[in-house]
Amino acid sequence: MTEASNFSWNPVVDWQELTGHAFMRDALIAGTIAAVVCGVVGYFVVLRGLSFAADALTHVGFAGASGAALAGVSPIAGLLLLTGAAAGGIGALERYLRGRDVVVGMILVQALGLGVLFLRLSSGYSNQTYALLFGDILALSTHDLVVLGVAGAVAVSAMVAIFRPLLFASLDGEVAESRGVPLRGLAIAFLLVVAVAVAAATQVIGALLAIALIVAPAASAQRLCSRSGLAILLSVALALLITWVGIAIAFWQPYPVSFFITSLAALTYGASRAVFWLRSPRMVASRPRLRRQEAI
Amino acid sequence: MRRAGVRFGARWIWRHVDLEVGEGEFLVVLGPNGAGKTTLLRSLLGLLQPGEGSIEVLGHQPRRSRRQVGYVPQKRTLDGDLNVRARDLVSLGVDGTRWGIPLPTRTRRGQRQMVDDALHAVGALDYADHPVGRLSGGEQQRLLLAQALVTKPRLLLLDEPLASLDLQGQAAISALVGGIARNGGIAVVLVAHDVNPLVGVLDRVAYVAGGGITAGSADQVITSESLSRLYRYPVEVLRDSRGRVVVVGLEDRDAHHD
Repeated sequence: MTEASNFSWNPVVDWQELTGHAFMRDALIAGTIAAVVCGVVGYFVVLRGLSFAADALTHVGFAGASGAALAGVSPIAGLLLLTGAAAGGIGALERYLRGRDVVVGMILVQALGLGVLFLRLSSGYSNQTYALLFGDILALSTHDLVVLGVAGAVAVSAMVAIFRPLLFASLDGEVAESRGVPLRGLAIAFLLVVAVAVAAATQVIGALLAIALIVAPAASAQRLCSRSGLAILLSVALALLITWVGIAIAFWQPYPVSFFITSLAALTYGASRAVFWLRSPRMVASRPRLRRQEAI
Repeated sequence: MRRAGVRFGARWIWRHVDLEVGEGEFLVVLGPNGAGKTTLLRSLLGLLQPGEGSIEVLGHQPRRSRRQVGYVPQKRTLDGDLNVRARDLVSLGVDGTRWGIPLPTRTRRGQRQMVDDALHAVGALDYADHPVGRLSGGEQQRLLLAQALVTKPRLLLLDEPLASLDLQGQAAISALVGGIARNGGIAVVLVAHDVNPLVGVLDRVAYVAGGGITAGSADQVITSESLSRLYRYPVEVLRDSRGRVVVVGLEDRDAHHD
């Protein structure tokens, strides 16, 4: 990506090099916001089994951003607006949609199709298409950063506010309902926050890959930690690590940031499964032993 | 409940129901599938409004006394991958309705004590820190009971807590709930398919069938005639040499219907 710098193995020099350019500082800030929001939101996306719905939202976001470009407004505004609207709809219908992969899949492809149409109508295929689909974290404007920062802060505050009832509703909906937890209201509120996470992740790694940043760190953290609060913190930490390392590698390599971030995300998830498997050998080992005893 | 009825649209699930449960009383609700047993529990929780008559729980409208009602819905086995501590699931019974994130305060320590007490009461302390998904059906059932008990309710509503348990587990949970009702003075309304594991611990039986609910003592209801009428299927009540009651015939019927 840059010709001037070489990786020096000297952390101080490398850090100065990495943060020496304005576009790199902006990229790191955007990555940080996206990682924090996605880490927090992702935990509940995984817990509620909404990965596919969240993925559909990313595609709706693509349609929103390309539609905004066609209408001449800022893509991030269109992104937030359309994912927000779709999230409200999905939230209201969540009970109905649960387990209906076909319906969610149809929304997903229709949104993608619309996005392609909007792009052709506005400018034809271009760098913008590429940026929307696969991310272009180095091309963010200050305006984008401000919008992202404000939306991220609102999203995280909302998650802090609804944390306990949302956890209750996600684990044990019927009991939560009997205690007066507003299930539908929470479902809608949560999906609106997911919409913000989708918008943030799309800015960093693009609509097609955004789901990686939402699901992988959270799913890994959930495997590694059974305490919800700690698992969310771990999820944020993993998301930050994946994003920062991904951006840093891409700084010294001529390949796209999105590739490194998604690869690191997949690696992290694989590693978490391995750790989970290694940490529970008793379950595996005790079964044959039990059977042998029964045989005697 | 006085002259109460519940309907979905134009169809009455049941109506003209008069039913009362006293302190520490163990009421078992029987009836064929789809007769409205779960509907009865949901109306006691205030999740369904009666279409006629009135329902009072602990002297108030159902919604107003819901903090004093413990509820264990019909069980689905929790996902084996669900990596959430057993203790945290019970803890949500205390503060799951509160907004914000939990902060380390004195009430928080008090809450830990409440959770430990509830876990102790159901004999689940041993696996309090295990992930829920790794527990057996009976262990999960105990946890859900602990979650319902943690706020020290005066009324406990249990929907099919014995389903999907083996015979030993059914006996253990029945005895546990019986003890809770008797020793804690907690009124229990338990919906069941099979009355057998409960015969020794229940006080009264209500049966839901044919658009109505009738309650009676165990001796009145658990007879061959009344159960056969209730299920519209030949059921026999036998007494063994030690005076224990066994109901024969329901197992087959359930197998056909589920």
